[in-house]
Amino acid sequence: MSEPQADVTVVKSPVYLKYRFTAGSAPARFLGRLKEGVLTGQRCPRCSNVYIPARGSCPACGVPTEKEVVLSDKGTVQSFTIVSIPIPGNPIEPPYIVANIVPDGANISFIHLLSECVNEEVHIGQRVQALWKPAAEWGYSMDNIRYFRPLDEPDVAVDRIGKLPVTGLES
Amino acid sequence: MAAAELLSQEFELGFTYTRSTGPVVGKFLTGLRDGKVYGVRGSDGRVLVPPAEYDPVTAAPLTDFVEVGQEGRLLSWCWVSEPREAHLLQQPFAWAMVQLDGADVPMIHCLEAPSAEAVTTGARVSISWADERQGFITDIRCFTLLQGAAS
Repeated sequence: MSEPQADVTVVKSPVYLKYRFTAGSAPARFLGRLKEGVLTGQRCPRCSNVYIPARGSCPACGVPTEKEVVLSDKGTVQSFTIVSIPIPGNPIEPPYIVANIVPDGANISFIHLLSECVNEEVHIGQRVQALWKPAAEWGYSMDNIRYFRPLDEPDVAVDRIGKLPVTGLES
Repeated sequence: MAAAELLSQEFELGFTYTRSTGPVVGKFLTGLRDGKVYGVRGSDGRVLVPPAEYDPVTAAPLTDFVEVGQEGRLLSWCWVSEPREAHLLQQPFAWAMVQLDGADVPMIHCLEAPSAEAVTTGARVSISWADERQGFITDIRCFTLLQGAAS
């Protein structure tokens, strides 16, 4: 050997999991409506909770959810985090906000980005609305929404988060 | 409700880990890179390959490294007739438990063989090194059958 090499101290051991995801009827319906720029959920016939994205059954009651309901693209911040560490492969520059957002008319939240805000002023109960990409770019993806941004509306009391009707605060 | 489209898509979830080896595994992997196989001697005198970081009996740290042979005996094996993408060998091969000469326990690796019929428990096998070694278990490309009598 021409020159001595340093001892081995690290190994690269990546794990890659390859999936093929096939949407069932409820998620496919959700994604199809999402491609049209519409957020939809499904209402449980027993407990009346509205789920987004719908899986076709109520996780609490175990009964099929068949009634589709159109939701608002306005919502409420249920929780959030400020991401300060860059994630490999993620093009967004930290710090940025990832939030659990409950759309008006639904009873559970989904995760999305929150922007056009002062990170330090984001808070639970804050009202937000989706900023959609141009319709020509819409696909079967929540990326159709570029991010959510603050609305100039009063905060939602903590015990009412996730319980607003599709008409929002005006009821 | 209108019939929904069938939506199906492939995706990949990756965890890009880099792991620290620690001194014991580092010694083993450094050895592989340099074309040598190191084990470690335990409190009961057995030579463990790959080296264990801690004694299996007393749990004391182990540091008494021993270079072992590059040939050994096939203790058990399982034929893989349809290799998968992640397997090192893309031809049918055997997962093999090989006890290298000078070691007291077997290690697992791949065994290259023309067919399952060519493989017998107890066969003598030899390391086939990779052309380019980097300090990883795949520096051992595989084991191969040695011609001659089984030991």
